[in-house]
Amino acid sequence: MSTQARPLNRVRPLSERVIEVLLLAAASVGVLTTIGIVGVLAFETFEFFREISPVEFFTGTFWSASIRPFAWGILPLVTGTLLVAFIALIFAIPLGLLSAVLLAEYASPRLRNVVKPVLETIAGIPTIVLGFFAINFVTPNLLKPIFQDDIGTFSALAGGIVVGLLITPLIASISEDAMSAVPRGMREGAYAMGATKWEVVRKVVFPAAISGIMASIILAMSRAIGETMAVVLAVGTNPQLTLDPRESIQTMTAFIVQISLGDTSQGSVQFKALFAVAAVLFTTTLALNLISNRIVSRFRTAY
Amino acid sequence: MTATTATPGTTARDRFEPALMRRKLTGTFFYGACIGAIGILFFALLMLLYDVLSRGLPWLDPDFISGVPSRRPERAGILPALIGSLQIGVIVGILTFPTGVAAAIYLSEYAKDNRLNRALRTNISNLSGVPSVIYGIFGLAIFVRALGFGFTLMAGALTLTLLILPVVIIASLEALKAVPDSQREGAYALGASRWQMVRGTLMPAAAPGIMTGIILAMARAIGETAPLILVGAFTFVTFLPNPIEGGYTVLPIQVYQWAGRPQPDFQGISAAAIIVLLVLMLVLNALALIVRIRLSRHIQW
Repeated sequence: MSTQARPLNRVRPLSERVIEVLLLAAASVGVLTTIGIVGVLAFETFEFFREISPVEFFTGTFWSASIRPFAWGILPLVTGTLLVAFIALIFAIPLGLLSAVLLAEYASPRLRNVVKPVLETIAGIPTIVLGFFAINFVTPNLLKPIFQDDIGTFSALAGGIVVGLLITPLIASISEDAMSAVPRGMREGAYAMGATKWEVVRKVVFPAAISGIMASIILAMSRAIGETMAVVLAVGTNPQLTLDPRESIQTMTAFIVQISLGDTSQGSVQFKALFAVAAVLFTTTLALNLISNRIVSRFRTAY
Repeated sequence: MTATTATPGTTARDRFEPALMRRKLTGTFFYGACIGAIGILFFALLMLLYDVLSRGLPWLDPDFISGVPSRRPERAGILPALIGSLQIGVIVGILTFPTGVAAAIYLSEYAKDNRLNRALRTNISNLSGVPSVIYGIFGLAIFVRALGFGFTLMAGALTLTLLILPVVIIASLEALKAVPDSQREGAYALGASRWQMVRGTLMPAAAPGIMTGIILAMARAIGETAPLILVGAFTFVTFLPNPIEGGYTVLPIQVYQWAGRPQPDFQGISAAAIIVLLVLMLVLNALALIVRIRLSRHIQW
């Protein structure tokens, strides 16, 4: 790329060097942000652990930040978050992968022109609108008829469904790229052996694109765990240790929002808990993103 | 062909055809499933729009646009939130444009392939995966408290700038990468310095992609809710916001405030606010398209 092309003039005037420094400064904003985020989270979390023992925080099964007696076990928030993320993935993996196959293998340009905008529009909808959709459409029109009185106004299921909708375009677009990157020759080889289209997709394209597909799913999971507004409206504010999708729960992100809505003074345990929970959230999503990147670079097949 | 079969009466064709039929049928089912999946997504999108429009349209009138929030839904309006969103969008755009483009130019044109610069790139892709609510916490600790902006619109705009910066940088990098190397070599052959090449050749050529990326990022900033809750946008504001002092609110937060109330009337005005928000984003998307077409009119290689 640009490393090959160089200016003819070897002597660089001062202005050129000043510009380069300015550009470098702009590129470093990201690093400062990262340092800032890590620093802020680490500092306040450390402060939090001076008051609440890490053992209680990581192993406690009760969480009550606003109602006495306070309890600081993060497990209910973690299970709530994971519950929503898994429900979301149950919906998003089939929908996303099937759309990806449709786009990469089957779709005519005309069908493409319908499918792509649908996915892009879903991806562009502000997540608060999906939260609105969850309480005003998904719960009363989809879940109530199925579960009758077993499901309340707020449920992990409603949150999971809209988050699933939200992450489907992500899975679809990354998986489609991975499938499109599989060279034509491999498909044609399979066709020449007499395979049908479905067999080509299942036995050639899918295995060849599996690293990209896995990466997309992990990235989508990270996105689901970090999703806030769609979840805040849909799941309620009831942190509890349960795997029942019909229950009202609270996720880590929803807790962060709930605490910052109230009048929480700086320096209170609640305020510090905000940072401790955020630190757990940040670490989890970062780990998932790194794994996803790793899979892509590790298993990328050079064709 | 038929003569080679071992058992009399069954030909290879007889044995092969049903299996082939079955295989093709499986394929058809699978194709049906693909169409079904996109059908479900399309249906969900349609239902979402229908639900929002049917609830919101009856509430949408000029008074709603020009009014201020009220405890009574029939008198409530969204002007402060609308103005707040527009101000945030503009400030974020102004702050993001130079920073994002400069960072992308550095990474694409200046950075040598060494450890430091690879770390810069990795860092940006990791930042784009950080949940938005974490940026809110960062904004709360740094902009609101440490730098003393308080709960002002400026603190919100700065937070969102950091949030969308990675998106803008990645989009700009793509746009710069799409400019063929022959363009760079041509500029150098004429004796241009690196910056002259960037300014005279690269920027005009990459402008459509970069501008589109920035406008779409602004749309994303306007739709963002969670980080702004942390930096104080969740307030009852009946006046038009001033960027550097006093409370502010934005459209998605107004949506959230009203959607959180059980009464159907509040759900109605919440939906009406969603319509305004979606129209605003639609306008920005259309703008991105127009800018792209207009700026790329003269580019051909």
